Amino acid sequence: MCGIISVVDRAGNLMDGSKIKLALSLMDERGSGEGAGYAAYGIYPEHADCYALHVFFDNIIEARAAVEALLRAWGTIVHDEEIPTCDQPNLKKVHTPWRYFFKPDAALMSGSSSSEEEIVTSLVMKVNTTVPGALIYSSGKNVGVFKAAGWPEEVADFYRIQDYRGYIWLAHNRYPTNTRGWWGGAHPFNLLDWSVIHNGEITSYGTNRRYIESFGYRCTMLTDTEVVAYLVDLLARRHGLDEELTVRALAPPFWDEIDAMPEKEQNLNRAIRLAYGSAMMNGPFAIVVATHKGIVGFTDRIKLRPMVAAEKGDRLYISSEEAAIRRMEPDLDRVWMPRAGEPVIGRVY
Amino acid sequence: MAIGSIPLRYQISIDRDRCMECGRCVENCPYGTFRREGDRIVIDSRNCTACHRCIAMCPRDAITLTEHPCDYRSHPIWTRDARESIYNQARTGKIILAGMGSTQSLPPIFDQILLDACQVTNPSIDPLREPMELRTYIGKKPSRLTLRRREDGDVDLETELSPNLKLDTPIMIGHMSYGAISLNAQLALAKGAQASGTFLGTGEGGMHPAIFPYQDNMIVQVASGRFGVDVDYLNRGAAIEIKIGQGAKPGIGGHLPGEKVCADVSCTRMIPLGSDAISPAPHHDIYSIEDLAQLVRSLKEATEWKKPVFVKIAAVHNVAAIAAGIARSSADAVVVDGFRGGTGAAPKIFRDNVGIPIEAAVSAVDQKLRAQGVRNEISVIASGGLRNAADVTKAIALGADAVYIGTAALVAMGCRVCGNCYRNLCPWGIATQRPDLVSRLNPDLEGEHVANLIHAWTMEVSELMGAAGINAIESLRGNRDRLRGYMLDEGMLKVLDVKPAGA
Ligand code: SF4
Ligand code: SF4
Repeated sequence: MCGIISVVDRAGNLMDGSKIKLALSLMDERGSGEGAGYAAYGIYPEHADCYALHVFFDNIIEARAAVEALLRAWGTIVHDEEIPTCDQPNLKKVHTPWRYFFKPDAALMSGSSSSEEEIVTSLVMKVNTTVPGALIYSSGKNVGVFKAAGWPEEVADFYRIQDYRGYIWLAHNRYPTNTRGWWGGAHPFNLLDWSVIHNGEITSYGTNRRYIESFGYRCTMLTDTEVVAYLVDLLARRHGLDEELTVRALAPPFWDEIDAMPEKEQNLNRAIRLAYGSAMMNGPFAIVVATHKGIVGFTDRIKLRPMVAAEKGDRLYISSEEAAIRRMEPDLDRVWMPRAGEPVIGRVY
Repeated sequence: MAIGSIPLRYQISIDRDRCMECGRCVENCPYGTFRREGDRIVIDSRNCTACHRCIAMCPRDAITLTEHPCDYRSHPIWTRDARESIYNQARTGKIILAGMGSTQSLPPIFDQILLDACQVTNPSIDPLREPMELRTYIGKKPSRLTLRRREDGDVDLETELSPNLKLDTPIMIGHMSYGAISLNAQLALAKGAQASGTFLGTGEGGMHPAIFPYQDNMIVQVASGRFGVDVDYLNRGAAIEIKIGQGAKPGIGGHLPGEKVCADVSCTRMIPLGSDAISPAPHHDIYSIEDLAQLVRSLKEATEWKKPVFVKIAAVHNVAAIAAGIARSSADAVVVDGFRGGTGAAPKIFRDNVGIPIEAAVSAVDQKLRAQGVRNEISVIASGGLRNAADVTKAIALGADAVYIGTAALVAMGCRVCGNCYRNLCPWGIATQRPDLVSRLNPDLEGEHVANLIHAWTMEVSELMGAAGINAIESLRGNRDRLRGYMLDEGMLKVLDVKPAGA
């Protein structure tokens, strides 16, 4: 059991992190104080054209030198600093969070139209699998993840989340079972522009991991959520499916439903299931995936985990609990329960 | 010195208090184990093959069979089998033939793999209440789709899909030729396959007109003897399978004894009456992987690229690399046949010693195909010694798309796995062409039994999936994380890519 909440302001207005902290803390019941995290889009306007790499260092001597050597080999570090934190009595600072604003040198990766992204992806995979004591857990432009092992309010205060202003926020409160409550295992997960929060367990993990690894991704975080980020990256970025079709591939309609569709739709949905069968996610889950363009929330095909959506003006909310949404916005225009597998999409205008 | 007679293999005895001298055992045994002398039934146990026909037909339960009533001095190395094979060969100077699968006592790896189930952190799914999807498509799948969303929101599918076979269950019936088995047996299997929404292989024996009504559920086979192959035959099948090898006898061809080549078999196979049908070891037009690719293309051309083409290979040491080569041809599926696979007739030395188990083979194939990024190019069908729904589930979790069953389907029709299929005397009307024996098998009834078996296994697979919190077979395929090895060594765990129990 975990708690998730996300909000997008579709007009692009910035919100500070104070309210989402309140909302997530309301769901303390859903966590165990061993992991919480936040992600926000639009927080680094002064470096909007750089990839913001957030790194956990076990020490800032060898590990940091190794990461910086790799970054310098593949591009330019425009600016870097320790991520400001504020000590909390019950939160043990086991890593030093650092951030780099990085510009990859596209000329170094030939033959690809998205070579900057390829460089950043491969740097993330390389650091996380080969540099001991370093973990890149956030790597998009103008987006940042802030997470640690602790209760939602502690983690928020540790990073002073109220000081960041973003137009999309994701937050997650963890009750770990698969892995110990380590910092890297907390959500949100991020790769490039993709961030994911996830409540549930993916019973198809073994299939999904083997599938995604055959495309060159490496699962390094010992947990099933990162596979969601990679699957979305593969389908949406590399294969060019839009949000709705990506969700369709990950949580497709049942064959009975497909058989009842008009022929053209039948062919489309059959093709999706045939081509992307190994990407289909099974097991109980509610997931929100975000990019700088908006958020998409969806559940497993029989909705074994809760997910509720709400709207107020330009703002769209997705959460495990309505009460959490009301903590951010008591006076909502509309609240609804999306059906199993049906995506809730909030696009920035 | 004469070897003399060897000890009885089976001893039959009749409980004379129960026997009513009806003579059914005499009529039913084609091997001449029983005869009537006056009103007494006399037994010649030496003829017995343990086919159990008499036991099944005796109205008084009067017959008892004992295996090895008199044994040799026990010896761990010089087993009974080792000694008797030598007596046999000292006498005849010949290769020993055997029917059915390997009798080696090597433990099946399947029995040392355990399945997972959900507790607390994720709910199991009840197949009685929730949809459980076992539908399986066999054939090439695109590795990516090109989809275009139009102004009006409609999505155009721009990728063209190769023809796939649609199965309602991942269980298919493997190739058993008319010739090796009787027409009634093949008809029963065809009826069972059709009723179950699945497919059945013709084997290398052509297609008898009686099978035509089931042709949409038949996979026609092209093997090295090319028996029964013409364009009409190719076009009748739902798919075409090129047989390179067979798990029970990798590296050698096929052999249908002349006794089994009756008039109908000779017509269907297009060979002379009573002649041995011998398929050569290699296809004489395939001496390399590119030759195979060419044959695949030729068969596709002949059938206007409308039919999926499978390639069946025996599970040998290099099976993964061979499968990767096949994936790069136009072939749509590779059938991997493990060393426990059944057979009508195979040299015993091959059956018991050549090839590798399907569990190891299928995982090696799946891993290699994934590592090379060609897993979508080809479906993987596992076969060879699958005995129950757990074996099916494990084979799929190890990476198979679907399975072939063979022996299990015959057992559903009465086969007792007695291993005498090559003698044309099968008392159950299965592996024989003798009309009186064939007529013992009622195709409607046995077809129902076969369909029942597939139905039951399919339900069990869905129960196992539901317990594991999985509601579509796609999410089971290659999901080795849901398997654990028990008492398997580290090397084998690595090959299977499965963790040990408790890890
Ligand atoms: S079938 Fe049974 S009862 Fe009939 S003769 Fe044989 S042993 Fe006796
Ligand atoms: S098919 Fe007939 S001969 Fe062959 S093993 Fe089964 S019962 Fe015996």
